[in-house]
Amino acid sequence: MYEIRFHGRGGQGAVTASKILATAAFMESKWVTSFPFFGSERRGAPVTAFTRVDDRRIELRSQIYEPDAVIVLDKSLMSIVNVTDGLKNDGVIVVNGIDGNMKEAGRYKVGYVDATSIALRNGLGDPSHPVVNTAILGAFAKISNLVSLQSIKNATTELVPSRKKENVNAIQEAYEETEMN
Amino acid sequence: MKSVQSSRRIMTGNEAVATGVKLSRVKVIAAYPITPQTTIAEKIAEMVANGELDSKFIEVESEHSAMSMITASEITGVRSYTASSSHGILYMHEALHWAAGMRLPLVMSVVNRALGPPWNIWGEQTDTFNQRDTGWLQMYCESNQEALDSIMLGYKIGENKKVLLPVMNMLDAFTLSHTSEPVEVRDLKTAADYLGDLDLDFKIDFKNPIGYGSLISPDGPYMEMKKDMRDSMYNAVGIIKNEISNFNDQFDAELPGLTENFMMEDADYALITAGAISSTAKYTVRKLRKRGQKVGLIRLYFYRPFPGEEILKAVKGLKGLGVVERNLSYGQRGPTFEDVVSSLYGRVDVPVRNYVVGLGGRDIRVTDYELMFENLIEGNNDMEWVNVGVK
Repeated sequence: MYEIRFHGRGGQGAVTASKILATAAFMESKWVTSFPFFGSERRGAPVTAFTRVDDRRIELRSQIYEPDAVIVLDKSLMSIVNVTDGLKNDGVIVVNGIDGNMKEAGRYKVGYVDATSIALRNGLGDPSHPVVNTAILGAFAKISNLVSLQSIKNATTELVPSRKKENVNAIQEAYEETEMN
Repeated sequence: MKSVQSSRRIMTGNEAVATGVKLSRVKVIAAYPITPQTTIAEKIAEMVANGELDSKFIEVESEHSAMSMITASEITGVRSYTASSSHGILYMHEALHWAAGMRLPLVMSVVNRALGPPWNIWGEQTDTFNQRDTGWLQMYCESNQEALDSIMLGYKIGENKKVLLPVMNMLDAFTLSHTSEPVEVRDLKTAADYLGDLDLDFKIDFKNPIGYGSLISPDGPYMEMKKDMRDSMYNAVGIIKNEISNFNDQFDAELPGLTENFMMEDADYALITAGAISSTAKYTVRKLRKRGQKVGLIRLYFYRPFPGEEILKAVKGLKGLGVVERNLSYGQRGPTFEDVVSSLYGRVDVPVRNYVVGLGGRDIRVTDYELMFENLIEGNNDMEWVNVGVK
């Protein structure tokens, strides 16, 4: 079983990202679950979402405490939430941000991408509310071999209600621009 | 084995419920939104608006009105439905007794949520365990697949003329309601053939008016009618068994019986759970089995009628049984514990313990189940509250 934890803020699309990733894995014939943990439901509040992927029906329904990967949609969260809590050694972390100075980076495979700029130049959200959820999945596809880039694009096309082409472009650009440690 | 994708779609528990309502060709829906039920009402309203479901969606000003509204529509002979949660269920409590007493085979989905104060939107089953004496059948779903299938099964059982009682279908807040997972969407035509149309013998007929729920003297048939309700609830046990088997044949489905016995064959110790928390319990049982521990799980799919005989059979030979409650009663042990002990009394000698877990959405982890099994096996303290006071 492969477990992914998403950290974002309300409005950035972390919950949708967890569902797109699950759908992409499902398209590759995996069993999946994805679920959010909502605190108070408001724009800007920290949001956690989870995705599990396995070859068999998934029974475990608790939150994810020892993830294989962590995806951070908003770097400012890293000063208030311990995003690497429980992350397995050699686990994957993808951060929306380009100044790669994470102190524990040595233990993990880290990918950095400026998902905010990519989202904005593709018309996804606006400068005060960029929607970075699809771009960050492009970065995840680059650093992890859980699912293919194409499946993430296909799942995105199926799930996003509008701007399908722009979202797919953002995924491709993020895939190309992701820097790894 | 079929590929996971072949006939499945990814959907949340609430979307699965709405799909079950569509497959049941429900004619009247009245609902008032409450987190975490809201997306059920929204999805059904969308299906009605876009013509996917030929039905009347009535927006009401409260849950009491929602239940009263569908009680009235059902008695005109059309299949009716509502969904709610938490305080919404408490608010409709009076109307629940009316719907059951009028012998109307409604189906209602309840997304189990905690009760305030303090205010809390997360998972807990006290809202529906509070309703166990209303005369409604109660089903607790473990997966989104079961949430979809149980709507159709609920109508089929409730509408059986030997039952004629309403059915409450439960799914845990967020753990199912907002969790996306693969669900097989049943074929619409097969569903229509399976369920048919509602056929009530006592529906309103304007040419032949009769009274419903009128005043009855103490010598009148009041007590006899109540006895008939209770007899029908007991008789439902056999009908439920047949209908589950029928459902599984029709849809190539995997519904359990009134209970599901998981790795119970040679078990020495077992837990009893209801709802989606059972999945993590199964995961734990597998883990402990790999370490050579003879443990198992009994899952309640139905809580009313209470499957006492099934539990009695399953627990014979056990050295210890733990009843896990995600609900709370004050001044006595949990309701499931009381029901289990009363079903076993004088018939089998198994020590029974009671555990309270996961109130107000507190996450239920593998370590919690390991702790319960450890307590059950070592039996050296009377732990009742799990994962409390350690945060």
